Amino acid sequence: MRAGQSRSIRIGYTAFSMAVIGFIVLPLIFIVWMSFYSNKILSFPPEGYTLDWYRRAWALSDFRNGFFLSLRTSLIATVVALCLGLPASFALVRGRFWGRETVSTVLMSPMVVPGIVGGSALFVFFLEVEFLTGWRVAGTSLGLIVAHSLIALPWMIRLVTTSLISVNPSIEEAARSLGAAPLTVFFRITLPVIKPGLIAGSLFAFINSFIDLEKSIFLVGPDSTTLQIALINYLEWNFDSTIGAVATVQIALITVLLLITDRYAKLSRAF
Amino acid sequence: MPDVVLQDVAKHYGPAVAVANMSLRIGDGELVALLGPSGCGKTTTLRMIGGFVETTSGCITVGGRDVTALPPNRRNMGFVFQNYALFPHMTVAQNVAFGLEMRGVNRSDTDRKVREALVRVRLAQYADRLPRQLSGGQQQRVALARALVIEPDVLLLDEPLSNLDASLRQEMKIEIRQLQQSLGLTTIFVTHDQDEAMSTADRMVLMYNGKVEQVGPPDEVYGAPRSVFAAGFLGIPNLLPGQMLPGQQGFRLEAGPVLRLSGQAAVAGRCFLALRPEVISIHAAPPSDAENCLAGRVEIMTYHGSAVEYQLRTDIGLTLTARAVAPGLGGPALLPEGSRAWLSWPATAGVTVSEN
Repeated sequence: MRAGQSRSIRIGYTAFSMAVIGFIVLPLIFIVWMSFYSNKILSFPPEGYTLDWYRRAWALSDFRNGFFLSLRTSLIATVVALCLGLPASFALVRGRFWGRETVSTVLMSPMVVPGIVGGSALFVFFLEVEFLTGWRVAGTSLGLIVAHSLIALPWMIRLVTTSLISVNPSIEEAARSLGAAPLTVFFRITLPVIKPGLIAGSLFAFINSFIDLEKSIFLVGPDSTTLQIALINYLEWNFDSTIGAVATVQIALITVLLLITDRYAKLSRAF
Repeated sequence: MPDVVLQDVAKHYGPAVAVANMSLRIGDGELVALLGPSGCGKTTTLRMIGGFVETTSGCITVGGRDVTALPPNRRNMGFVFQNYALFPHMTVAQNVAFGLEMRGVNRSDTDRKVREALVRVRLAQYADRLPRQLSGGQQQRVALARALVIEPDVLLLDEPLSNLDASLRQEMKIEIRQLQQSLGLTTIFVTHDQDEAMSTADRMVLMYNGKVEQVGPPDEVYGAPRSVFAAGFLGIPNLLPGQMLPGQQGFRLEAGPVLRLSGQAAVAGRCFLALRPEVISIHAAPPSDAENCLAGRVEIMTYHGSAVEYQLRTDIGLTLTARAVAPGLGGPALLPEGSRAWLSWPATAGVTVSEN
């Protein structure tokens, strides 16, 4: 009776898990599948298969330029987030100062404020800066990089602080007692130990910046759109498998990044 | 090996006093245990010697050299941490080599010294493992090898055995003592376990509330605790309140009777007679020639293999603990719980300790 009960619980649990995984994976599979349809207008079932949509996606300058703009913006944003996030994480984890909790909340806030709200707030702020100083920020790549750095920063801080908290402070003292100066301790001991957190933080910062639509939509210039905005613009007038091809390339890119990262720093250890 | 001298060393955290004016000399090649309950200041003292905690006042010298203001990396001390603190991203050999590398020792000397250090702690075959692939005891030995390979002036050990299980602890205790003896290392060892301190140290420093309660060789401190705290902490359960009788060799218990007591310095006012359980004999019938005797009923009998411990409720209302040799080893027959028994001890057995 009890054995049968635990067996049925196990089957139910497995079925539920499979349903959840299916719910996540099936749409992705469909997008990839759909990108090979030869139907002129996206419909079901497929009439045949072709690679034309990939050629077309590459041929459209909006997508090609958008891809490179997104890539460049996200890479710079990730580097900015790393340069700001690493010292910030140290201050938040190791420091004991008044208002630490508040600073932490403020640094994490871009993660919880809706992108549309954050984006429009930045846009208004940039306009006011321009109004007061005559310095144009909105619609320039600087404005875009600032916005994407804000997207990247909380991810970086979240993952770096997590790995920093798990560092046994005694190992740094042990290194000191063995003759290492503070800077040597940092580069030889602390940094290598939190490396998985740094890599995972950079990865998630990059991905979340790369896939952002809401914040960017306010801040791009007329002739420089990110890949996600190019997708939305395209969808407004077209409904064919080109978007499937673009999406598939992105899924592949992110999958490869995740696999490479996991190879060099076990991601499960960073959380 | 140099000696370590603490002169009026104190540590205050705001109004809280962690260590109050402590003066102590640890001799060349001596193993001293800092012993006390948690919060007594023993770890703070060790960390001040290691340079991880700044002193509020006072001065620390090693072999005559003032190190009070030196950072830990310039003190040349080996520190072994309670949680071993091995570098998780380095192999055992890399861990041990780290200190040599910091000293700019060349490659071939480093390799040789690391190998020797690992042989010394019997871990030569584990050189290429990562710390997480080792057991607790092995990690502890790596930590020891890493601290010793730099040929430190002083070895500092912070509760080095508390994360090990009982049998391993016994083994490591002996191993640490042997290493310390063979290298003639000046060693300071922090522990909360009086048994650990007594079995390893040349001298014990018993601390309480940031102050030194008593310093001396283990047998001296255990044999003659100077305060109720010291007696209690060293595991002497029998502390009988009373007063020494003026001019006479006697001790009046608050519970009434006068006990015979000899060879004690006079203590004025209320004090305690500390009786170690080993000095009390237990009898099934009233003994004929005892200098001190109290009757009572066995409340708890605990069998330990080689010894039997009895807790008795005496007729005068005091609870006493006696430890007898087990029956098979020449001790008296077992007395079951609830049976009537008599406790006796010689006049020379007790030690009077002041109230605080």
